[in-house]
Amino acid sequence: MRQFEFILRRILTSLFVLIGVSIMTFFISRVIPTNAAAMYIGPKARQEDIDRVTKQLGLDKPLPVQYMIYMNQLLHGDLGDSISTKRPVLVEITSRLPASLELLFSGMLLATLIGVPLGVLSARWQGKLPDTGVRAISIMGVSMPAFYLGLLLQIFLFRDLHLLPLAGRVSGDLQFTHPIQPITNFFLIDSLLTQNWIALKDVALHLVLPALTLAAYPIGLIARMTRAAMLEVLEQDYIRTARAYGIRDSVVTYLYALKNAISPTLTVIGLTFAYALTGTFFVEIIFDWPGLGLFTVRSLLAVDYPAIMGMTLLGAAGYVLINLVVDVLQAWIDPRISLK
Amino acid sequence: MEIDTTVSVPQVESTRTFRHVLAVIARDPLSLASTIVIVLFVLIALFAYQVAPHPDEGAGKTNVSNTMLAPSWDHPFGTDLLGRDMLSRVIIGAQPALIVPIGVVLFAVLIGAPLGAIAGYKGGWVDEIIMRVTDLFLAFPSLLLAMAIASALGRGLDKAAIALVVSWWPWYTRLTRGVTISLKERYFVEAAQAVGVNDWVIIARHILPNTISPVLVQATVDLGTVILAMGGLAFLGLGTQPPAPDWGLMVSDGRTYILNQWWIATFPGIAIFVVVLAFNLLGDTLRDIFDPRQYR
Repeated sequence: MRQFEFILRRILTSLFVLIGVSIMTFFISRVIPTNAAAMYIGPKARQEDIDRVTKQLGLDKPLPVQYMIYMNQLLHGDLGDSISTKRPVLVEITSRLPASLELLFSGMLLATLIGVPLGVLSARWQGKLPDTGVRAISIMGVSMPAFYLGLLLQIFLFRDLHLLPLAGRVSGDLQFTHPIQPITNFFLIDSLLTQNWIALKDVALHLVLPALTLAAYPIGLIARMTRAAMLEVLEQDYIRTARAYGIRDSVVTYLYALKNAISPTLTVIGLTFAYALTGTFFVEIIFDWPGLGLFTVRSLLAVDYPAIMGMTLLGAAGYVLINLVVDVLQAWIDPRISLK
Repeated sequence: MEIDTTVSVPQVESTRTFRHVLAVIARDPLSLASTIVIVLFVLIALFAYQVAPHPDEGAGKTNVSNTMLAPSWDHPFGTDLLGRDMLSRVIIGAQPALIVPIGVVLFAVLIGAPLGAIAGYKGGWVDEIIMRVTDLFLAFPSLLLAMAIASALGRGLDKAAIALVVSWWPWYTRLTRGVTISLKERYFVEAAQAVGVNDWVIIARHILPNTISPVLVQATVDLGTVILAMGGLAFLGLGTQPPAPDWGLMVSDGRTYILNQWWIATFPGIAIFVVVLAFNLLGDTLRDIFDPRQYR
């Protein structure tokens, strides 16, 4: 019951945060620019267009009224039309969402699969060579700009070793030889569902470099958090008891200790999602990945204001949602949290 | 996301002074090396125009007869498409890429720390208002917020810097508030209250000076991240505008030629990596001495 209450309370706070987020984006999009109407039309704004948009957005009205108009549009899913593509921003975003999510989840999965074992290894051999090695890897991972790491990987794995494709989501000729039927628009899932093995291999190979680039930073953070949490757990009495019973060291580490160290690690995984969200922007440019990041960056360059503001709002909303999910998951894994 | 890390009221030990920090850094070879690297980079950045072999090309003057030269004795980092000496451009590019982020963190601290001290000391509705406002800012991924603000303000180095300050100050408000709440219980603050010292004087004279060490540590840890963010904004074309040099912008320019003229993107990229690595290594050691996160 307590857990249920906690989750409900957490959902309510998230709603308040979302309202706060909408106030922030309202200010950034309508109040900060000296001529918001002109920014919504684009570079070739005529006076009558500016007057029309000023009326439409209610920019001549007092701020609270403007905010109500803004909220009303938001709740109707109206984020305005993109200046460069002339299509509704919401359509542009939802059509690109699967590509970005596929990259984001692959990257985070990779980061977890590499980061957690590295952290465990580091804790088990504390102060020894593996620990130092993992520390070096994680510090380098968080120090490397994603946009530079992507280039390095392209040089070595594409140009020098010819191992992986340079960029893009699929090979150019795949749509003629083994086209992927769009079902979910997550290419991995779609090619699996239709048992299109050649496409699956092609998609997976294209995913490796971008996902790895995206994962570099989270790997460092996750490894260090896992290490810290493991070290704390390994000092507990019950671990000593387990050891005293003669249970094998590996069983103690991987089964008994890791289970209780996973909760703080989960928090860090949630937090790094925020990084990964903006990280995809750089990764998508480098690897020409047809997702939201590439769209956002093109919008930034073209000063496509409605698109930029739509992405900002969506990014923040996604972040709030991820935090909510992590908190709920944590309360579920560790019921003590909901008692606080 | 609230992680409960409440520790019993942290007592800042008198040994943990500035001199103590210097001693620890001097004993640890990695931290010492990082400090030297940072000081060296900052000095080079400050005297960029005196150090650069071709300051005019570094600033943007083209030299088409030298286009795309590979690294050599004359041009250790090679030249770019417009024939400009890359070494000079990396050196002058250190100003927006390194000095500006230091300024960004400084301003974020100057805005964030006093607000945090006021929130923590006054408590009540003042605290409530200040902290709810920081929550608004922290609801966004920092870089996303910075991108949105930078594009609302228009392109340029100054605008990117302002955008970063706006999205970073709340972190210092949170930190300082935590430190202030634990300082409030200390005898010297209670003594000042007892003799009737004005609240604002207590905050300015007794609270803020004692928050400096954790804030300084956090600032060092954050600098790496802010340099990366600044590089990212420049890479996206939201920071420094050409022909002026900036590491992030140069990596972006060199991206087109990465498979053949690898040097154009490589050296500015390495510069970012090395400087951020140095700040992270140093920040790591500092965090071990006094963990600023214990106050959150």
